[in-house]
Amino acid sequence: MTLSRLIAILSVLLWLPLAASAQDAETTTSDPRAATGGVQTLEDILARQRGEKIDMSFRSDLTGPDADEAAFVQQLGTLGITSDPALWRALRYNDVTLSVSSRTPAAEVVMQDAGMQWLAWRAGPLRTYGGYLLLAMIGLLAVFLALRGRIRTDHPLTGRKVLRFNSIERFAHWLLAGSFILLGITGLVQLFGRVAIIPLIGHEAFAPIAIAGKWVHNNVAWAFMLGLVMVTVFWIAHNIPNRLDLKWIAVGGGLFKKGVHPPAKKFNAGQKIIFWSVVVLGFSISASGLSLLFPFELPMFAATFEKLNAFGVPGWFGMEPLKTVLAPHEEMQLAQLWHAIVAFVFMAIILAHIYIGSIGMEGAFDAMGKGEVDETWAKEHHSLWLEELKAKESKDAAASTPAE
Amino acid sequence: MKSMWIAFVAIFVVAYGADRALDYTGFSAQEVTSGPSVRLD
Repeated sequence: MTLSRLIAILSVLLWLPLAASAQDAETTTSDPRAATGGVQTLEDILARQRGEKIDMSFRSDLTGPDADEAAFVQQLGTLGITSDPALWRALRYNDVTLSVSSRTPAAEVVMQDAGMQWLAWRAGPLRTYGGYLLLAMIGLLAVFLALRGRIRTDHPLTGRKVLRFNSIERFAHWLLAGSFILLGITGLVQLFGRVAIIPLIGHEAFAPIAIAGKWVHNNVAWAFMLGLVMVTVFWIAHNIPNRLDLKWIAVGGGLFKKGVHPPAKKFNAGQKIIFWSVVVLGFSISASGLSLLFPFELPMFAATFEKLNAFGVPGWFGMEPLKTVLAPHEEMQLAQLWHAIVAFVFMAIILAHIYIGSIGMEGAFDAMGKGEVDETWAKEHHSLWLEELKAKESKDAAASTPAE
Repeated sequence: MKSMWIAFVAIFVVAYGADRALDYTGFSAQEVTSGPSVRLD
């Protein structure tokens, strides 16, 4: 061997490791998962733990050979389950055709990983902020009662009564109100039972309460929806906003100052706000409630998200487009979260309504209890409505008086 | 107050009726979620 040939061989041997490491580096840059054969790396796991969003398509696409899917699924046969990562990925990403004996569409989804996110939301922010919202509203009303006291009529009562709500209106109101209270209480029992009731009375005592609460919640919902439709039909015409509402709002409805009585028709601006809140939140909570009552039959979020994306709504809040392909379970989880969020807002508003309709204002309960109010009350709180009522009475009386 | 009490009774009538009606028309959990190969009886 000549010296020059020896040097050449040594040079090649010397550069080979460097070239190999350069190639490794190049591979690492282009495919960070080359070292693991395409599956996740430690960095992927750490990134997830840091809460970073990572593209999971490298896992969802790695679910086995498409052409041989039948043979692939047969691994779940009578010979037992082969522990095959690709098979589990296929199950996880719902990329496999399964045959199940259950008839529900969700039964074919063996795994779905949004469940933990839902559970964390339900057990965390939902309970915490929902509970604080209700407590804050109760506290606010207590402070208002302490500062303002019970709102009484400024003038003495006349003893003359006028019909404010007829019996069918009152029936509809109480059908809605009674069912709402039952739904609110049983809903809170379902949500807070594990953290607030079981520690007090134990699992055995809570179990029948939870079962009864579930029955009440599922079935009383129909009475709520019936009451909601009745109330909407009866009162929607009286609740169209008008210029009077601005005047009413400008003086806070006279709620904060004695002797202030802005004119109002059958419903003042405050009552209109309550009415429209009940209609909007009531129909929304009914929609999500129906979706929950008939599991997996009435999915609504994928379609809603598609429309929101089409209008670019997520972009307004600096968000990525919302997911439009959702597993059946994800639909149910979102329906439950939305149902509960709307319920908390609804309950907070209705607490204020119950307050002003009972202890907050003298004579207010009579309107919906007996259906009649004193003329003084009507004059102070709904002056234009009383004038219309008087004018109609005079006209009817004139029409019924025989001409001489 | 009669309307209020009638409404409260109606809530339970509607609830019980809904439960029976849904059960009768095949919307019970057993009917909806089981197949012929699952024995629940």
